[in-house]
Amino acid sequence: MSALLELRNVEKSFGSNHVLRGVDLDVAAGQSLVVIGGSGSGKSVMLKNALGLMTPDSGKIIFDGADVTRDKGSKRDAMRARIGMLFQSAALFDSLTVWENVAFRLLQAERMKRSDAKEVAIDTLRKVRLGADVAELRPAEISGGMQKRVGLARAIVSKPELIFFDEPTTGLDPITADAINDLIVEQVKALGAATISITHDMPSARKIADEIAMLFEGKIIWRGPASHVDASGSAHVDQFVKGLAEGPIQPGF
Amino acid sequence: MADNERIKPAVLFPVQIIGSVVVGFLREIGRLGAFTGSTILAAVTPRWYPGEIWRQMIRIGFYSLPVVGLASVFIGAALALNIYTGGARFNAEQFVPNIVVLGITRELGPVITGLMLAGRVSAGIAAEVGAMKVTEQIDALTTLSASPPRYLYAPRLIAAIITMPLLVIVANVIGVAGGWLVSVASLGFDSTVYLRNTLDFLQATDVNAGLIKAAVFGAVIAIMGCYQGSRSKAGATGVGRAATLSMVGAAVLVLATNYMLSTLFVRIGI
Repeated sequence: MSALLELRNVEKSFGSNHVLRGVDLDVAAGQSLVVIGGSGSGKSVMLKNALGLMTPDSGKIIFDGADVTRDKGSKRDAMRARIGMLFQSAALFDSLTVWENVAFRLLQAERMKRSDAKEVAIDTLRKVRLGADVAELRPAEISGGMQKRVGLARAIVSKPELIFFDEPTTGLDPITADAINDLIVEQVKALGAATISITHDMPSARKIADEIAMLFEGKIIWRGPASHVDASGSAHVDQFVKGLAEGPIQPGF
Repeated sequence: MADNERIKPAVLFPVQIIGSVVVGFLREIGRLGAFTGSTILAAVTPRWYPGEIWRQMIRIGFYSLPVVGLASVFIGAALALNIYTGGARFNAEQFVPNIVVLGITRELGPVITGLMLAGRVSAGIAAEVGAMKVTEQIDALTTLSASPPRYLYAPRLIAAIITMPLLVIVANVIGVAGGWLVSVASLGFDSTVYLRNTLDFLQATDVNAGLIKAAVFGAVIAIMGCYQGSRSKAGATGVGRAATLSMVGAAVLVLATNYMLSTLFVRIGI
């Protein structure tokens, strides 16, 4: 199966801090890939490079067969129109209501009529188990779990082919986190979209991943089916999966 | 040789500090220049966001009215008292209306309004944009195909350029009224004569000069707020620092551009 998104030997440094040291990664259409790794391992930087929020120092980002590494303007917008993103903090716009957040792309990029966009937003909110009564509230008036669900609704509203999830369960209690994982699996399957998620929450990774890859010191050191993660044969993966302080990975204090 | 090696760092130290400060300053000027260019380009080319521009006009203009009005009335009143006291030394008390209206329209109206907005608006924009940056809202805008210069910065720039002259008109009227009030109430001026002197002396160029300054100050205030906000570091300290830098930078730039524009107006006879 050909890759929908591919990172080829991507490197990124900030001054003397060499964060990505040649990342090779790909995800096929409809596939769910979870990248695990400790704090400071470069997961977020990798995601920002893949999304075009940062430009790699070297290497290539290939989306649907085209090199988009240095694309800007309308070319980049065309790629982003096919991508959804759920941010770690949900990153909802404080000044807009919940439905305006969900419908942001429809209103601004697709120029849909406000009444139509609101209808689509409320329908999408329903898919993530939020009622129409939430639509007129501001993000500050809803809980963290609800904010994540609104963020998920915003990520899926334009039916993207690829969705990025940045720590989708961070800051949530285990029950809410599990509910978010269920929603992610359900909605991604319904869309048939590919996903790349980054997390250090193993229950979340096990639930949403077809495949798991581990990023360590700026490189992918292991990749395999999610069902093989407990028998990876990698000391690094074993230490991470079991959450042990002792092992080849030093705790990132 | 060993002594030379020991002395070398101590000699180089001040040079290194000066070099690093100069390079840092030039880098900052370059960044600000590039940011200003991209924001102006976004403001003068489509696509525009009228709803955002209107919202910012209300925030920048309407909500600044009380503070601008209060500041202006006190400035106008104090100016009248000081001119009366100073003018009395050479029997020139009768020039109070003329100097008050000239001082307010050409200088104090725009400058005081500019300084008030440097504090209220520029710092507010920096804090808002900074908070958006550290909570990834600016990244979210980008991923949703809304360019931050176009959606976030340009509406603030356009709104500030439109509303500043309007605020300065209000400041001018209230400032002159403050001078009139204190002159009539405590300096013994006749109300009708004061107002006639004011209107007879005032020329359109005086008002226009102040309004041109106001539009430029508006641009300075909005750009400094957006720039410092976009450079904000994470955390409450980072956002607070962005707000402070924006306020101080905008205030200094308002005063500096005021001097440059005044010099230009004198040269071209406005």
